[in-house]
Amino acid sequence: MTARMPVITGLGAVTPLGLSFHDLWSALCQGKCGIDRITAFDPAGFTCQIAGQAPEFKIRDYVPKTIRKTTKLMSRDIELAIVAANEAFKDAGLKTKAFDEQDITINPERTAIILGAGLISCDLVELAPSVAKGAVDGKFDIRKWGTDSIETVTPLWLLKYLPNMLACHVGIIHDIQGPSNTITCAEAAGHLAIGEAAQIIARGDADMALAGGGEAKVNAIVHLRQCLNKRATVDYNDKPAQACRPFDSGAKGSVFGEAAACVILESTENAKNRGAKIYAQIAGLGQSCSINAKYESLEPDGKGVQYAIEAALADAGIKPEQLDLIIPHGTGIFTDDIAEAKGIRQALGDAADSIPVFPTKSMTSNTGAAAGAVDIIAACCAIKDGIIPAAKNCENINKECKLNIAKEQIKKNINYVLCTSYTYGGQTAAIVLKKYE
Amino acid sequence: MNEKTKNRVVITGMGIVCPLGNDVPTMWDNILNCRSGMNTTTIFDASTYPTKFCAEVKNYDITKFTKNPDLHKEGNRHSKFVVGAVAQACKQAKIDVETENPKDGIDRRKIGVYLGAGEGSVDNENFFNAIVQGWDETSEKMDWNKWAAVAFGKMQPSRELEQEPNMPAAHVSMLTGARGPIRSCLTACAASTQAIGETFKILQSGRADVMIAGGAHSMIHPLGIMGFNRLTALSTRNDSPETASRPFTASRDGFVIGEGAAIVILETLESAKKRGVEILAEVLGYGSSSDAFRVTDMHEEARGAVAAMKAALKDAKLSYKDIDYVSTHGTSTSENDSIETLAIKTVFKEEAKNTPVSSIKSMMGHLIGAAGATELITCILAIRDNVLPPTTNLNDPDPNLDLDYVPNKPRKADVNIVMKESFGFGGQNNVVIIRRYHD
Repeated sequence: MTARMPVITGLGAVTPLGLSFHDLWSALCQGKCGIDRITAFDPAGFTCQIAGQAPEFKIRDYVPKTIRKTTKLMSRDIELAIVAANEAFKDAGLKTKAFDEQDITINPERTAIILGAGLISCDLVELAPSVAKGAVDGKFDIRKWGTDSIETVTPLWLLKYLPNMLACHVGIIHDIQGPSNTITCAEAAGHLAIGEAAQIIARGDADMALAGGGEAKVNAIVHLRQCLNKRATVDYNDKPAQACRPFDSGAKGSVFGEAAACVILESTENAKNRGAKIYAQIAGLGQSCSINAKYESLEPDGKGVQYAIEAALADAGIKPEQLDLIIPHGTGIFTDDIAEAKGIRQALGDAADSIPVFPTKSMTSNTGAAAGAVDIIAACCAIKDGIIPAAKNCENINKECKLNIAKEQIKKNINYVLCTSYTYGGQTAAIVLKKYE
Repeated sequence: MNEKTKNRVVITGMGIVCPLGNDVPTMWDNILNCRSGMNTTTIFDASTYPTKFCAEVKNYDITKFTKNPDLHKEGNRHSKFVVGAVAQACKQAKIDVETENPKDGIDRRKIGVYLGAGEGSVDNENFFNAIVQGWDETSEKMDWNKWAAVAFGKMQPSRELEQEPNMPAAHVSMLTGARGPIRSCLTACAASTQAIGETFKILQSGRADVMIAGGAHSMIHPLGIMGFNRLTALSTRNDSPETASRPFTASRDGFVIGEGAAIVILETLESAKKRGVEILAEVLGYGSSSDAFRVTDMHEEARGAVAAMKAALKDAKLSYKDIDYVSTHGTSTSENDSIETLAIKTVFKEEAKNTPVSSIKSMMGHLIGAAGATELITCILAIRDNVLPPTTNLNDPDPNLDLDYVPNKPRKADVNIVMKESFGFGGQNNVVIIRRYHD
């Protein structure tokens, strides 16, 4: 069994904190914030005007010359995933078709790709000329659009917006021919994708996997959705760095952003045979569901979170007090944070008094389908460096959140980390990582 | 992580809401009578679109399936469909839904959900009008203030949230109280076959005892049909919708898009026996692969399709010689039907021409994310009734495609082991193998 135990051997991330996972981790350790006023579109007419935007990059630099034309078919979500995947393979010391067609060190047929993706919303500016042509007297007329303007939309338009295209493009670039899936569980998608990839490796259907998630939430209509549903904070437009306040009594909502994060998973055997550096083992996976008729909020007693954590600990075969760090979902939505804290508390009991909790979204923003994978990377770095960074924007812990939020940076040996996530639709995930000995 | 236990996994329930009926017996009767589910598009005004027809779900009444229809009223079409399909499947599998204290003896933490579920339609009128209002044709720029004024003024919070592809699964957990592993995937046309395959693996490993698996999708909306029309993937045989989906013919000109939800209950054999429920079939194998070729085309030598079929056979510990029937992806597009035929020939070798294969998409249309689960249900019924569902509209066979496509009428046959295959746009391939159950 140990031979098939999935381990993490490569990391890659593009986040509002930088274009590499090193940038992400050093920014988290320094308490930097990646949230600022939106520049992707003019946000003046929006209730929330801030977001986490990734630094600029040119996607052409990340796609092999021979297939560079395909960059025209890439939505922002796909671009982000490609950047993160490239870094993950490189960090793992692996050579794929993308880097040198003559010198490949992965086995394409035994490599899986499981990515989390969101609802890719279309680029409104791209669609607008055609839609505008379909208007009569300033009002959209579907018959006119059908007659006059559908044909002005670029022929391959739809392919940019299918969520599975993150995995398809990345798979083509690196020649990944094994099991391929796209997990569409919103903010839990990153964890669930990594969890599924770990299962695939553990059961022997692949020896290696690229897993993670990507989502570009800094898009007018995506942003609008979070504003309309009052999930995005409206109180900190002039203080973006203080806006996202997980578990803080001043929490007024989340801040959304764009990111992609990928890890390379391998069976322990595969990693050892090629002498790879190992960040951590995936020791346990737990899943459950929050059930709430008002599904835009987490159920107040946090039961789904509790069940997922209990399942993950059982899978890992450990007791709560063995945990050294918790990276929670912590969105900065007041009631959700309380519910999550309750769920964690119920699962861990009094052990929760002493286990440091480090929420990341105050710095990274809430990056949807990428969020869970971003946190797994933070967990790997914490294990490797023996550092738990200080939480940001959590000066006055909400009294109902009975958690041990990391107020100062802590240096210690970290053996087990618990990461949790949930969605407004209820899907809940918990993953336990273990230091590899 | 322990993935070692290999439980046997069986199917104990089925439910469907689809263009050929809103329950399993109606759907199967229509298939065996070669009826078509196609109609002129009514969901939106497609009268000036290149394709003006599709396969819609008709006369669906959610109140027949739930005591709390209000819980689902903001849901998209497919979120509502999935409620009906799940309610039917749970009833057959004797799983209590919508009860405070279920008496079916299953721990809710051991009931999971895995859907291949699609995104919802945008709020069309407001979506398009916000763009019209915001777009400045002279400067060719979007005035985001104008856009936001319309969007914030008109769009509804829940209507927007419901578009996310994880929402159908949320409706399922609300209906059933499922608290086990819940996942949702979207690998285009392969999604629900993948969901069922991964469900099989979750149950094999013991992470759940019972799982609600399948698909739900409706892309019959202005942007969806526009997108497929631009790809020239849809049939434009507007003068004859009933015969437009004609897989494996020389005159095929694209697929006919459908919508719906299809659900199967998968369960460990141990759980099914303990509960004393009827076992409909056993799941034997699952294979998944990616083409890693082009996002626009299938691999010319069907590399990914072949890999997935072989992986499923290996997983099932079977040879191609053991397969009695292949339920094809069979979309009626030029490319799919040719390459799928090539894939079957590659895998089945000398048995290729002796193995009946068919496409019910000729009657059902292509339910995209829900297609695989819909077709898997017809595989279960094929085993139950020892009958092969036909490929209809097969009057002018493509001379290059020479397999036994079970043309135009159902056929009696001994059906024990069946392969279901689905191939997604972009090159994600999934294959599931099921067998008649015996101890």
